[in-house]
Amino acid sequence: MKTGIIACICFLLLALIYSCQSDTSIEFKQYYSAGSLVYQSHCQNCHGAKGEGLAALIPPLTDTSSLKKHQTKLPCIMQNGLKGKTTIAGKDFDGAMPAAGLTPIEIAQVVTYVGNSFGNKLGVVTGDDVGVALRKCN
Amino acid sequence: MRKLTGGLILLLLLGACKFNGDKKTLPIYGNRTPVTKTVNGQQVTDTVYQSIPAFKFVNQYGDSVGSKNLQHDIYVADFFFTSCPSICPIMQRNMLAVYNAYKDTADIKIISYTIDPKHDTVPVLKKYADKLGISGNSWWFLLGDKDTVYQLANSYLVNVGEDKTAPGGYMHQGYFILIDKQQHVRGSYDGTDPKQVDQLIADIKTLKAEPVSK
Repeated sequence: MKTGIIACICFLLLALIYSCQSDTSIEFKQYYSAGSLVYQSHCQNCHGAKGEGLAALIPPLTDTSSLKKHQTKLPCIMQNGLKGKTTIAGKDFDGAMPAAGLTPIEIAQVVTYVGNSFGNKLGVVTGDDVGVALRKCN
Repeated sequence: MRKLTGGLILLLLLGACKFNGDKKTLPIYGNRTPVTKTVNGQQVTDTVYQSIPAFKFVNQYGDSVGSKNLQHDIYVADFFFTSCPSICPIMQRNMLAVYNAYKDTADIKIISYTIDPKHDTVPVLKKYADKLGISGNSWWFLLGDKDTVYQLANSYLVNVGEDKTAPGGYMHQGYFILIDKQQHVRGSYDGTDPKQVDQLIADIKTLKAEPVSK
């Protein structure tokens, strides 16, 4: 009888943990798959299908430490574009990136996609995260 | 009867072999006009194919170059501008594959015409080439008078022009045009599609293997 109750509690606990996990993973999958489409239509021409960039003209998106460093600035860069010198993976880039013309939710999707593709593993960035970041743009 | 069938099959196989062995030749694109001349008292009709007219521009090194320097070359042409935010990066990424395949082949060149001569001065083009990792003389970025370049684009069967509504302010098509040593258009490929660019790389080989006199 006692073992039955313990087994039951264990099962419930496991189910709870499992459902919590799948909640975040469903959210992640939604952002990620929508982000892949946004990437294809707005970013891929320049940054490449594998995030490889283009020689010394367009920076790659494969350098996790640079992405992490700029993660809170990424929404602002996408919204307003970027001009001037940027250093990515030890290389200097000084071309201009045009404003991407994306909505905050699309920005969240594509930041999630890029942050978890091309060898990066930075987790999910939600629409709320992007909203907070966008309020801090200069 | 059996022998006959065997022979027939053999014949068919041979035929197939011969067909496969035939050299593929690339078509010649553009307008063609028949010209009738009198040679040795006889009327001879010849076809004159559309060809790229003579031009003289400046390359990324500041050298004055033009069609005269390309008389003995097969080349691939495209139209771009350095500040282009739309299809140019993917075109140049694909053109790099062509460059890497043939940069050490003396009679094969790449010509990229800027359609924004106001912004793309010689130093701007040089910097752009450097950043792409281009050196030597197998890929030229050419700067010329805007109207002349736009006019020239027509002979390459490419449409370019200013368009305030287009990203970056210019409308252009992303074709890579293959030109033979007689200045004829021999192929047109979508420069944004890696598969078509692979075809271009293969076609250059076919064109190079073509007999000189036609």
